[in-house]
Amino acid sequence: MIRELNYTQAILEGTDQCMTENPAVYIMGLGVTDPKGIFGTTLGLKEKHGEKRVLDMPVAENGMTGIAIGSALTGMRPILTHQRIDFMLLSFDQIINNAAKWHYMFGGKMKIPLVIRLLVGRGWGQGPQHSQSLQAIFAHIPGLKVVMPTTPYDAKGLLVSAIRDDNPVIYIEHRWLHGIFGPVPEETYEVPIGKAKLVREGNDITIVSLSYMTLEAIKAAELLEKEGIHAEIIDLRSVKPIDENTIMTSVAKTGRLIVVDGTWKSLGVPSEIITLVTEKIFDSLKSAPKRITFPDFPTPTSPALAQHYYPRAIHIINAARKTMGLEEKTEEQMGITQNNPLDVPDQSFKGPF
Amino acid sequence: MNSALKKKMYFDMLRIRIIEEKIAQRYSEWEMRCPVHLSIGQEAIACGVCANLNQQDYVMSTHRAHAHYLAKGGSLKKMMAEIYGKATGCSMGKGGSMHIVDLDAGFLGSTPIVGGVIPIATGVGFGITLKEEKQICVVFIGDASTEEGVFSESLNFAALKKLPVLFVCENNFFSVYSPLSVRQPKDRDNVAIAKAYGIYADKGDGNDILDIYKITRKAILQIQKGNGPAYLEFDTYRWREHCGPNFDNHIGYRTEDEYLSWRKRCPIENFENQLKEEGILTTVEIDKMNTEIESEIEQAFIFAKNSKFPDATELYSHLYA
Ligand SMILES: Cc1ncc(C[n+]2csc(CCOP(=O)(O)OP(=O)(O)O)c2C)c(N)n1
Repeated sequence: MIRELNYTQAILEGTDQCMTENPAVYIMGLGVTDPKGIFGTTLGLKEKHGEKRVLDMPVAENGMTGIAIGSALTGMRPILTHQRIDFMLLSFDQIINNAAKWHYMFGGKMKIPLVIRLLVGRGWGQGPQHSQSLQAIFAHIPGLKVVMPTTPYDAKGLLVSAIRDDNPVIYIEHRWLHGIFGPVPEETYEVPIGKAKLVREGNDITIVSLSYMTLEAIKAAELLEKEGIHAEIIDLRSVKPIDENTIMTSVAKTGRLIVVDGTWKSLGVPSEIITLVTEKIFDSLKSAPKRITFPDFPTPTSPALAQHYYPRAIHIINAARKTMGLEEKTEEQMGITQNNPLDVPDQSFKGPF
Repeated sequence: MNSALKKKMYFDMLRIRIIEEKIAQRYSEWEMRCPVHLSIGQEAIACGVCANLNQQDYVMSTHRAHAHYLAKGGSLKKMMAEIYGKATGCSMGKGGSMHIVDLDAGFLGSTPIVGGVIPIATGVGFGITLKEEKQICVVFIGDASTEEGVFSESLNFAALKKLPVLFVCENNFFSVYSPLSVRQPKDRDNVAIAKAYGIYADKGDGNDILDIYKITRKAILQIQKGNGPAYLEFDTYRWREHCGPNFDNHIGYRTEDEYLSWRKRCPIENFENQLKEEGILTTVEIDKMNTEIESEIEQAFIFAKNSKFPDATELYSHLYA
């Protein structure tokens, strides 16, 4: 039997093992030592590794990021956590002006091994300031690496790689992935940054997706399969650097491409991937690539609006059908029934966080 | 202070308490589908401060804004509809509990990014000065927001330009589950910090509405004289969990005893006893107030529940002005 952990347990185990392996690793963030321990991802670390290396902090994101960077100059390897991406926006200055450029602008003399763990919120009225997913902004900045694991296996492996990496790595978790279970080896292992994962093979269409939206893509692919459409799914995992090879190989085979990203449409990761494909293997395309994203609007709070905001499997299915020259179908026609209200991942998810 | 004002302040606190309790009670119907940060236990500060304000004065606040909004005269119906995600809500369902607004009442908005509203309120003060108007802008903040850089930046500019801004810090000792001890050095003194900027500053008992009223009165007089901003800090205690309707003293970040000791210092009960002793308020009057409040709240909930959800097309409205 392969051992299974959920996503938060995988992160906790990866953090714990890296802290044991290297005394330079420390973790800091609002609520890291509180009874909830960042949704369970930091529980017990203080007891095991001590309060010097496992600490809460003032509500001062920009300053504390600079402080983490400064400590990295002395050889420490900080992990910073934020319970929402929205909160870390205060630290853009330190991340973009300092962390991303320090190695370069001083001629490679110093390095900033910093991991910033960020959560994307969704549902239960998280609204405009608690649900932003800003991978494209980070990926735009030279000097940062950006990862978005989907499975518990990748959550642990990418975290280990991020902590061992000598550069600033932005590590983005989706709140709706935290409860997902999957096989996770007990030993410490790395999932390489910059390598996508082929989740499912198929000849008809390539679906590249990220983070939580990969689960919707898988659902869509299973339903498409029933109709005889064989979708290949690539879970991007790393937004920066992007694994061009895996994408090109797949699109060269299928000739069709959909990119699914749980954030705004304009100037995003899908735009980049589609550009790369059209620049490099334009001739293999049998139809125009498509993006499935949120509309270019802030997240509305009311569930009545949010349900139209977040795309789901049916939208991927219809994009795929359109690229294949087929007509759209309804959820009913595809046999999709919604057992949960659309603003929660499952029945147990009630209330604020 | 005249007894009519005392009665009004008592009524205002009682009203907010009952509204917040009702939200807590009905939250488990799962129809208010957004995070709520309740002010139960902290009502005196909102009411004691706002009792000093005119309708034209401005108020801004944070994630924990219901009390400030209501004390400034914000529409209860529209707030409830907003929490229910309805088109009739004060932010048309776009914002929820964490983003409430009532321009008619001078409540310019609340936002949940800690500290985010401090410079905005300072900017409102700057605007008032540029336009040579007379209002003041009050910004309610929590103890955690004084840790953000914008707190210092805003105090500095407000002092530099002598802006008519009143910073009111509600110190409830916690940021979510994190006590002050993991966030600030033991002897940090925000009043001294504000004074170091040349700002008028004072502190008081956040559960004693008369104390709050008087301290605020003095601070506002300073501002009105053109002496620039003021900073006030009041100690108080949040009774329920940081976010949501429940009590959470059992999870380990604070003790039941600590909670109970603050419970004994209930701002409403204590003021009620005081007013009864002074012969200003009778049990009959209190009963009448309760009935009046209950019926207003009932109406507001009916309004909220009966209101329509926003149409799907509203998702695409209001992006640009
Ligand atoms: C910039 C930012 N960092 C972190 C958070 C998460 N957060 C939400 S409320 C809160 C605590 C705020 O405490 P305080 O300002 O004292 O107000 P209180 O909740 O006690 O009323 C925190 C840390 C946030 N919303 N924004």
